[in-house]
Amino acid sequence: MESVFGLVGKDFAIVAADSSAVHSILVHKTNEDKIMLLDSHKLMGASGETGDRAQFTEYIQKNVALYQFRNGIPLTTAAAANFTRGELATALRKNPYMVNIIMAGHDKDVGPSLYFIDYIASLHKLDKAAFGYGSYFALSMMDRHYRKDMTVEEAIDLVDKVIMEIRSRLVVAPPNFVIKIVDKDGAREYAWRESIKDAPVPAV
Amino acid sequence: MQIFEYNGSALVAMVGKNCFAIASDRRLGVQLQTIATDFQKIYKIHEKLFIGLSGLATDAQTLYQRLVFRHKLYQLREERDMKPETFASLVSAILYEKRFGPYFCQPVIAGLGDEDKPFICTMDSIGAKELAKDFVVAGTASESLYGACESMFKPDMDAEELFETISQALLSSVDRDCLSGWGGHVYVVTPTEVTERILKGRMD
Repeated sequence: MESVFGLVGKDFAIVAADSSAVHSILVHKTNEDKIMLLDSHKLMGASGETGDRAQFTEYIQKNVALYQFRNGIPLTTAAAANFTRGELATALRKNPYMVNIIMAGHDKDVGPSLYFIDYIASLHKLDKAAFGYGSYFALSMMDRHYRKDMTVEEAIDLVDKVIMEIRSRLVVAPPNFVIKIVDKDGAREYAWRESIKDAPVPAV
Repeated sequence: MQIFEYNGSALVAMVGKNCFAIASDRRLGVQLQTIATDFQKIYKIHEKLFIGLSGLATDAQTLYQRLVFRHKLYQLREERDMKPETFASLVSAILYEKRFGPYFCQPVIAGLGDEDKPFICTMDSIGAKELAKDFVVAGTASESLYGACESMFKPDMDAEELFETISQALLSSVDRDCLSGWGGHVYVVTPTEVTERILKGRMD
């Protein structure tokens, strides 16, 4: 089952997700990127039904871009989170998206922020959040070690502690994780934590 | 899985002498897991009207957004704030609209009406109003709240005593309910001022 978690530090926010794409007992791939860059300063980590996750996150990404084209200025993180909640809430009683989302962003006036949006469209702004079976380990680990205004090094250290906990204590633990960061300089991939590498496919 | 017990909540409103108090717990959970300990369940509609929404958090957020929209429209057309009795009828109508696909919320409405007479009411998820002269309760801890309020309430308390009474009733009730708690949020409203206080209770 997919794990996504995130936390807010001093002037940045980090989102980490496992990278296995699983279908019943089969692992299709171990380098699936589940954290989408919505725009220059926003990240959206998603877990849940594979098709819904891919389609819904892309839908949100394109609508965020459309707003910027139409209005000339980007959406704030809070606005993007509320827009996402609105889309999930509208679809909830018709054709629900089974996607849990952790949205992180950095705005010039507000600084870093993290939003928890579950699949039934409950929205809450938090300093640390997690989804999936991994959340039982992630939340406890973060409750113990998290402090306000951590540096990037301290935060990555905590993320690594969480990943180690998930790897050692979850029965069907995902082997690989991707970590992305967003700060005043933008959203970008920070690192991969791989314990299994897919066999390279030769170029044709 | 009970839909009304998915997120967990406790709400209570009490009438005093020319004042009222409305209080809620602060937990946001997903069944057994606690997600946040600062989740807001009481919203201000205008200076003398508050609504608390218990039940499913996503529906509470959607319903609140719809009610704020309707009240703002009313303010533009009527050039005044809505009376609590009118607002209660509005909430009841909006809930009954969804009679065969309801919002999973139980609202608690508290306000100062004409001549600053305190008004409280609650209703079920399809809008059956229940007016009371003393107190109303809602949420997963409602049964405990009924008992606590019945024994602690007396009529015509002033703002200070009302705050003490409602706080003790709330904290003792949520301590018997695993799905609500993690502190309390109390608003005491008189004709001249609104006092908002956070309670520290058992954080578990």
